[in-house]
This record gives sequence, C-alpha cells and structure tokens, in this order.
Amino acid sequence: MAVDVPALAGPPGRRARLRFSALLWRRPWLKALGLLSPPLAAFLLVYIGALVVLFVSSFWTVDSFTGKLVHHWTLSNFRQIFDTSQPYLRIAGRTIGIAAAVTATDALLAFPLGYFMARLARPRVRGLLFVMILLPLWSSYLVRIYAWRTILAHDGAINWALNGLGLPDQNIDYTNWAMWIVFSYVWLPFMVLPVYAALERIPDSYLEASADMGARGARTLRAIVIPLALPGIVAGSIFTFSLTLGDYITPLLVGGPSSSFIGNVVYDFIGINANVPFAAAFAVVPVLVMGIYLLIARRLGAFEAL
Amino acid sequence: MIRIKRVHVLAAAVVAALCVPAAGIGSGKGLPTKIGKGEGALNVIEWAAYTDPSFAKRFEQQTGCIIHRKDAGSSNEMVALMRSGGGGGGGQYDLVSASGDASLRLIYGGDVQPINIKLIPSWKQFLPIFKSPAHNTVDGVHYGVSVQWGPNTLIYNTKAVKPAPTSWSAIYSKKYKGKITVPNNPIQIADAALYLEKTQPKLGIRDPYELTKPQLDAATKLLEQQKPLLKRYWNSATDEIADFKNGDVVIGAGWPYQTLQLKAAKAPVEETIPKEGATGWADTWMLAKRAPHPNCAYKWMAYVTTPQVEAKQALVFGETPVNPKACPYMNKIQKGSCAAYHLNQPLSYYNTIHFWKTPVAQCGWQKANDCMDYNAWQQAWTQVTG
Repeated sequence: MAVDVPALAGPPGRRARLRFSALLWRRPWLKALGLLSPPLAAFLLVYIGALVVLFVSSFWTVDSFTGKLVHHWTLSNFRQIFDTSQPYLRIAGRTIGIAAAVTATDALLAFPLGYFMARLARPRVRGLLFVMILLPLWSSYLVRIYAWRTILAHDGAINWALNGLGLPDQNIDYTNWAMWIVFSYVWLPFMVLPVYAALERIPDSYLEASADMGARGARTLRAIVIPLALPGIVAGSIFTFSLTLGDYITPLLVGGPSSSFIGNVVYDFIGINANVPFAAAFAVVPVLVMGIYLLIARRLGAFEAL
Repeated sequence: MIRIKRVHVLAAAVVAALCVPAAGIGSGKGLPTKIGKGEGALNVIEWAAYTDPSFAKRFEQQTGCIIHRKDAGSSNEMVALMRSGGGGGGGQYDLVSASGDASLRLIYGGDVQPINIKLIPSWKQFLPIFKSPAHNTVDGVHYGVSVQWGPNTLIYNTKAVKPAPTSWSAIYSKKYKGKITVPNNPIQIADAALYLEKTQPKLGIRDPYELTKPQLDAATKLLEQQKPLLKRYWNSATDEIADFKNGDVVIGAGWPYQTLQLKAAKAPVEETIPKEGATGWADTWMLAKRAPHPNCAYKWMAYVTTPQVEAKQALVFGETPVNPKACPYMNKIQKGSCAAYHLNQPLSYYNTIHFWKTPVAQCGWQKANDCMDYNAWQQAWTQVTG
C-alpha cells in the first residue's frame, strides 16, 4: 500500500476505489486470490474439513450405554475392520469386486458403442443414440432399479421370454449377479460419454496412415485406437467405479442375503448407538481405495480426457 | 466440544424455562399436572401414517396444533433423528413414535423426558400389559404412552406349504430352501433366540432380548445356518408383499399388515403364531427432552389413545390398538376387524408375544451386567447378513 499513487480527482470514496483497482492491476496474484478464496475457503472448510473430521473421529469410540462419543484415541475400530473373523473385510472385498466388475463390463459395452457413434454413425443416428443413452438419466435412479426388479423377478420379463422359448427359468433376482447387471446398466452412460469423446478426438489421418503402412483393422485398433482411447476409458471408469463403490440403495433393493456394501454398513452403524466412529473408520476404506485409483488413473492420463 | 455442549445446555434450559409456565409444572416431581394451552404446532418423528390426516385433521381443528411430520424408515433412523442437533429431539421435535427396539435407547440416551401419565385419560382403559411395559417405563417412570402393537407372525403360502406350519422350525429347515424371507433388522436375532429358548433349553435363555455372549453366539450361529435357505432379507413391507405375490417366497416372518394386504389381493396366504410364541412390536409416543411444544404433544397423546382414534389408526396402518375399547369402533369401520387384529384375544394370547425391547447390558432376570447390548446385536447381525 506504500506505492505512490498519482493524485486522483474526485471524492475520497471514488479515489479509494480507483486506487484499489490500480493495486489489483499491478498485482495480478492479489486479484486471483480475491476471486478464488471464497469458493476455495468453502471447499476447504466444508469438504476437506468434513473429511478430516471423519478421519479423526474414526480413532474415537462410543459409549455403548449412553451412545455418547468417547474422545479417547484408539485403533480398535480399524483393528475390528481388518480382523478376518469379522465380516468387514468380506464386505469391503465384495464392494470393490463388484465395482471393478461393473467398470470392466461398462468399458466393454461402451467401447464399441462409442466407436460406432464417433466414427461410423451419421449425424442423425448419432443424435438418436445420444438421446437413447441419456434418456434414462431423466428418470429417477430408483425408478430404473425398480424397473429392473420387475424384469428380473420370478414372474418377470426375462423368465416370460425364457419360458416362451421353452427354456428353464433363470433365478438371478436377489443375487450378486442381479446387482452386477443393475449397476452396469445404471452407470453405463457415465462410461459411454468420455469414451465417445476420446474416440472422436482421434484424427482420421492417423487411421489412414496406419492403413497406408499396411496395418489391418485389428492392428490399427490395437496400436492406434485403443491407446488413444485409453484415457477416455479410464476417465469413465472413475465414474463407474466410484459410483458403485459408494452406492447403498441398489444392494438394498436388488441384493440377496449376502449383498451388504460398505455404504450399507456405514448407514446401519450411524443409526445404532450413533456409532459414528466405527462408521467413519469403515468409510475411510473407500476413500483410500478411490485415492489409489485416482493416482493410477492420473498416470494413465485420464484427467486430460475429462 | 465443551463449548458446544454448554450452548446446548443453555438452549435446553431456555426451552425448559419457557415450558414451565405453559405446561403448568407445579408438582414436587417436576411433571406437569395439567395440559396448558396449545402452542399451535406439533413436530413429530413418525412411522408413515402414524399421524394420518384421516384422524389427525380433527385433532388439528380441535386444538389448533398443526402437525409437521418427519417420516422415518427404520428404528435406527428414528434414533438418529432424535439425536441430531445435540440430542433430545434437537429442540425441534416434540414426539417420536418409537418402537420397542428404539425406546430404551432413547431413554438411556437422555433424548426423551418423563411424562405424567395421568394427563392421558384413556390410559386407564389400556390392556394391562401396555400400561407400564418394560420398553417405555423404567423404575415406574413413564417415558411415553403406548399406542399400537402387532405380532411378528409366520406367514405362509397355503398352496405351497403343506401341512400348515406350527413351529418356527419351518424357516430354519431345508424343506423350503430358497423360498424363505425374514426381516432385515438386528432385532430379528430375538426371533432366533426365542426359537432356541424352546428348542435348546440347555442354553438357558430366559428372555430373548437379554442374551449373554454364548446365547447371542448360538442365535448368530442359527441365523448363519438359516442364511443359505433364504431368498432374501426383506427391507420394507411392500417388498415382502411383492415377493409373496409373485411366488419368489412361500414362507417367512412378517406382520399382520402383509397378510391382510396379500389376502385382499387374493393371494393364498395364512399367518400363524407358532407354538414357540412370537416376538411383537409395540410403539410408544415419546416426548422429546427438548420438545418446543409440550402442550400440543400431551394433547396429541391424549387424543390418539381414545378408542375412536385408536380404531381408525389401527385400520389405516394394519395394527392393533392398546385400548380394547376400540373394538366396537373397529368393527363399525370394517366388519370383523377387531377379531382379525386379535384385539379380542384373552390374556393368554398376549403372554405368547414377547415385545421388542432394546437389548442393554443389564439383564433383569439374572441381576447381572453381562448381557449383550444393541451395539453387539448390530455387529452380530452384520456378521450374519454381511
């Protein structure tokens, strides 16, 4: 503020405003700070702050009689989670396993679809496909899950069709297979869009060059298309993986007797004796998994494709 | 944290001070002796339809207390809501329609306050077992007024399940493998414990809600053996109805509500209370410790337990009144409904029903402190279902 400012005309209020704007012009970082700090502070306080509180409280316990928090540092919550005689590792494994299976399925489904849309379809067909992929997102997520329940049910559409063909009944409603199918369906659009965007960005000249040098379709696909589309697939997988990892409604609605996800356990424990510390400790698991996943995804260039 | 608590104590004190003149507290015990003028509003945490407009509208017109509802999906959610905002209903909620598996948690957690049961005139008409039940009355102090109840019955498809089951063994045996359903609720452990109490006397189970470690382990083991036989654990009454309707399940534990809905849809089902007896739920309207509208809350507790309203609520929700004087009113609304909901049954029938209560460490029957509390039950349930 000690910078000498030439005398300005006008009332003192206007002069101060002009001096302030001159200062901002001379010190661009000040301007950036002023613009960024409110959203940044909110982000730090609300989001990072909440994460820190979560992490800290996972080292506390709860008095099981009164349900009050005991602020006494202990690793007992984590010890319980990693105790193999307890169900928690199994539940975490199931959650991560299904999230991975859903991600792989969606990648396999989205790649040919995205390729067709980006490189082969005419604009009119492409537009139609876009609408068809995005249309389910206009209806509630719950409606789509319930729709799948009627499809998979004992007397549902699949069994009706199977019986019509003279085949025996399928029996996959309320199983982990049902969860896999429903998750794959629900999160598919989040994979198709980034894959499409990545494929669309590949210049035609690359493919032509590959063909000119004698590579056949399979070779071009392997050497050119897939490596260039990979960041898109990884970007899509961040969505499908994290959305499945955090879900707890689908397991409740279509899961069978062994279908609890991490989210279900967290939800159950918060209600009981308000055992927030244990829930927090278990909630740290997906945070860590996602952190590792994002690090790998960054290595693979996913963030350039977003 | 300490500062926050002080603020809350202060807020509670202010609320309490405001309530004192309005509620007319004058007795030595600190309980109100008469119901004062309504505050114009009543905020409740309830099971959906527990303040159904079909009977609550008249209350609002009579008292001027406008009801604001927060529906909860489970007992755990109710407890969590009561504990939000510093506990005691957060200074926001007045009443909670807690089931027996939540009520003791609220009492010991200090989230609800004692009430003067004399201000609820219909209480004298209640069936004796609902006047001071263990799930809402501690050491003779009432923390709320019983409102409705229902048994957890064995429901079965009469075409697929033959002969008709008479024992809970039907849901623990391989005969109906893959066609069985039970509720997804830790309190379901009590059903297993009740079955073990009768079939394995060696375990020495005296009360299905007061289990020692070996007893809880035995119940957990039974439930783990049951799990491969299940189609699924049901999460809502409509889930179970749908599964019975489409034939996914043919036998399971449920409520009379499901049976009546299924029968109304012409599904071939029956329900029974097996020879081992059954568990049951009983709900209590409880007064939040920091209730901002205590007079409206008392007015509601007095209103909702009158025979006419009890009858209406029973038929809206599909459960049984605690006030037997509701019987003729039920029959007037729906012929034969008093018998259909077992309200005309003798005391011996009620004695076969073991009402939900929150498991706590103190075992009443052996005057010891080594019973498994609800936290342990929840962990055991996660162990089984996870």
